[in-house]
Amino acid sequence: MALLEVRDVTKKFGELVANDRVSFTVEAGTIVGLIGPNGAGKTTLFNCISGLYPVTAGRIFFDGAEVTGLASYRIARMGAVRTFQVVRPLKDMTVFDNVLVGAFLQGASGAQARETAETCIRMCSLAEYIDKPAGDLPIGGKKRLELARALATRPKLLMLDEVMAGLTSTEVKAALELIRNIRKEGVTLLIVEHVMEAIMPIADKVVVLDGGIKIAEGPPDQIIDDERVISAYLGAKFSRRLQAKREERSNA
Amino acid sequence: MNHNALKRKDLFWLALVALMALVPAVSAITANSFLMHVLILILLFASMAQAWNIIGGYGGQTSFGHSVFFGIGAYGAGMAVVTYGLSPWPGIGVGMLAAAVVAVLISYPCFKLSGHYFAIATFAIVEIFNRMFLVWYWVGGALGLDYPMVEEGLKNLMWYDSKTGYYYCALVLFVLISGIVRFLEGHRFGYYLRAVREGQETAESLGVNSTAVKLTAMALSAALAGLCGAFFVQYNLRVDPGMVMSLDMSMKFVLVAILGGAGTLAGPLLGAAVLIPLQEYTRALWGGLGGGVDLIVFGVLIIVIVVKQPAGISGIVRDIARRFGRRPAAAKGGASVGSA
Amino acid sequence: MDTLLQVLLDGILNGMLYALVAVGLCLIWGVMDVINFAHGEYVMIAMYVTYWLGFLMNVDPLVSMFAGGLFIFILGALTYRLIIKYTIGKPPLSALLATFGLAMLLKNLCLNQFTPNFRILSDTWLGDKTFLLGTLIVPVPQLVTAIVALVVVGLTYYMVRSTRFGWAIQATAMDKEAAELMGINTERIYLLVFGIGGATVGIAGGIMPTYLAVHPEVGTMFSLIAFICVAMGGFGSIPGALVAALLIGIVEALGGYYIAPVFKYVAVFGLYLALIFLRPKGIFGW
Repeated sequence: MALLEVRDVTKKFGELVANDRVSFTVEAGTIVGLIGPNGAGKTTLFNCISGLYPVTAGRIFFDGAEVTGLASYRIARMGAVRTFQVVRPLKDMTVFDNVLVGAFLQGASGAQARETAETCIRMCSLAEYIDKPAGDLPIGGKKRLELARALATRPKLLMLDEVMAGLTSTEVKAALELIRNIRKEGVTLLIVEHVMEAIMPIADKVVVLDGGIKIAEGPPDQIIDDERVISAYLGAKFSRRLQAKREERSNA
Repeated sequence: MNHNALKRKDLFWLALVALMALVPAVSAITANSFLMHVLILILLFASMAQAWNIIGGYGGQTSFGHSVFFGIGAYGAGMAVVTYGLSPWPGIGVGMLAAAVVAVLISYPCFKLSGHYFAIATFAIVEIFNRMFLVWYWVGGALGLDYPMVEEGLKNLMWYDSKTGYYYCALVLFVLISGIVRFLEGHRFGYYLRAVREGQETAESLGVNSTAVKLTAMALSAALAGLCGAFFVQYNLRVDPGMVMSLDMSMKFVLVAILGGAGTLAGPLLGAAVLIPLQEYTRALWGGLGGGVDLIVFGVLIIVIVVKQPAGISGIVRDIARRFGRRPAAAKGGASVGSA
Repeated sequence: MDTLLQVLLDGILNGMLYALVAVGLCLIWGVMDVINFAHGEYVMIAMYVTYWLGFLMNVDPLVSMFAGGLFIFILGALTYRLIIKYTIGKPPLSALLATFGLAMLLKNLCLNQFTPNFRILSDTWLGDKTFLLGTLIVPVPQLVTAIVALVVVGLTYYMVRSTRFGWAIQATAMDKEAAELMGINTERIYLLVFGIGGATVGIAGGIMPTYLAVHPEVGTMFSLIAFICVAMGGFGSIPGALVAALLIGIVEALGGYYIAPVFKYVAVFGLYLALIFLRPKGIFGW
């Protein structure tokens, strides 16, 4: 059984349909990418899954239980934790304290939580900022903090909302390495992404949204060839370039 | 690494408390009744502000309703002594519990309100309780409760000849409440509380049940405010609705905490140590000058501090320390572990 | 039945007075999200202005209320320039506490200078005049105040909704930065709004000595009731504040008459709580 199942989820804001009967699954231990043009409804879907918004229709199942309509803190406690696209550091608290708040999800034991927090801070290269107020960090640091904090909760499913936006390509490479390490620890990942170089290489499966509906679901190389996806989003130029790269690699 | 920084601050506090405990040994101080009175008031208001600090400073919910809890605690003790002829202690217990229950009942709907709506709702609640107590026969109505003469000592929590007993009580009160706040600072609950203050939705996305956290903090804050009220009535030997359940009293909770520095461990004491002597000495000096001069000064002071340094006196202290101290800013482990 | 109508009439007239006091606060809150704790003290000071003009120079409040308006316009503008301006970027509590300090300052200044004695203006044009409407006794001063209130509230509403200046105010209220990018001098808007809000309250306080006693403590209750009016009406909504004020006047009158005078305000505050829990953003709030 899939770790996460989204079944016919519809979310309306008044008359505006942000998500229209979206269905897909996320298997445990995989990395699933959620892509689509701006306004496709990706973050809205995230908000529905994480319990921030109530769904208008449809059901969501996580780890064998139905989570439709549950409060967001409950879903987080069950092991599905998300980051925010527009980062939300707890500004007046230090980086360490921010991550500690996440770490405490596993239990009240102070010593163990502190250890987890320190590990996650190191993993996300935040050690130099550890005692600084989170509000003072540069944007890259704030993004890493967002990730470290969510990681400290030791989630089963980590949902990342555009962690790569605004990063330099060096930073992107480092982030990809980090994500691979996270997957090695046994965490399942659902990642919303715009930066194609970031998501296509690592995703096991990609789900494509456009205008609120799911237009494709499958492994990345299949998605690239999918005509609907190309026309909606990727643009013919990119898919050709990626195809060329693959041919190059298989010839080498 | 954070732990060592904590220990240094804790030692400082222990030394300060020890110093404060030795004050009554100085006979020059104990002989001066007015000075003792001011010291006791400082400790009382510092305790009140520290209790408020839990929900108002660390929790970020600016409650203007704490005079209600203060009053319930005062009436609890007062009723035990005056109406039922008992020692105040059972009344104190009942008062604290009642304050906590009332707090949870009124906060639950109030927390759904945002910003100014919330503040105004707490004003409304104070006014309602004030009027209710004015007409409630059982608690003495508008006349309030007047204490009879009883045997002095710890059992009755009353002393007549000297103020030393009250001084130690006030000190214990302050140490108790501050100790609780200090404990919470390092405990998961304290972190969750501050996280809710910094971003409720964000905290919830990390598994924090913000409603439960806020209500618990409110109940604790209210019970401790009630305890302060109980001390107040034991010291003042009388209570009436206008004295305790008023907007003015609520503002005292808020002002001492905010002007001292909300969300910090030292703020309440700093605030009380500056404001109370100012209030008492200007009243003594100029109170007779046709009323209100002390409050004029007070009003100006509030405006100046709020406008110039919203972090309050503890913010001023921190800025001075930064300018003159050799330790870099990193030693101040952020607002989360408090200053001083 | 007759008493009920009389009570209702008194309540409505009183409510109109509250509306006049509240409209200034509504404007200020709506535009810059500031709760002016000294609002009631503005009323009190305006009352003293017209009282002294009446007592010393025999000017009737109906005339000198404009002086009251002007005086508080200036006071409001000064409050903004010297205090409020510095609290804008800071947490909302700052403005509230700073104006609390201001209220304390103003109240005790008047207490010090004018003593706590109640002062009443005898010999005003409207005085104790009443007339009969069927069996209803209509007090003329309150009626005239209600008319003045209607005019002032109406003018303020018209100004905000239908003039260029009003649109600039609305733009600043909705998004200060965007308004600035469109060339609106938001600093001046804030200053003028505080001044105009003050002026309306100055007129309110200016006309009140016709039938109300003046003393330094009179402001506190007006502050609270103004807050309740504005919050109940909904953030920044002038019609909301008017409706809320009328409701409050009526409930206060009914509660005071049919239950007990001390319960006047319990009924009012209870009404606020009941309503705000049902509609957390006020009647017309958004």
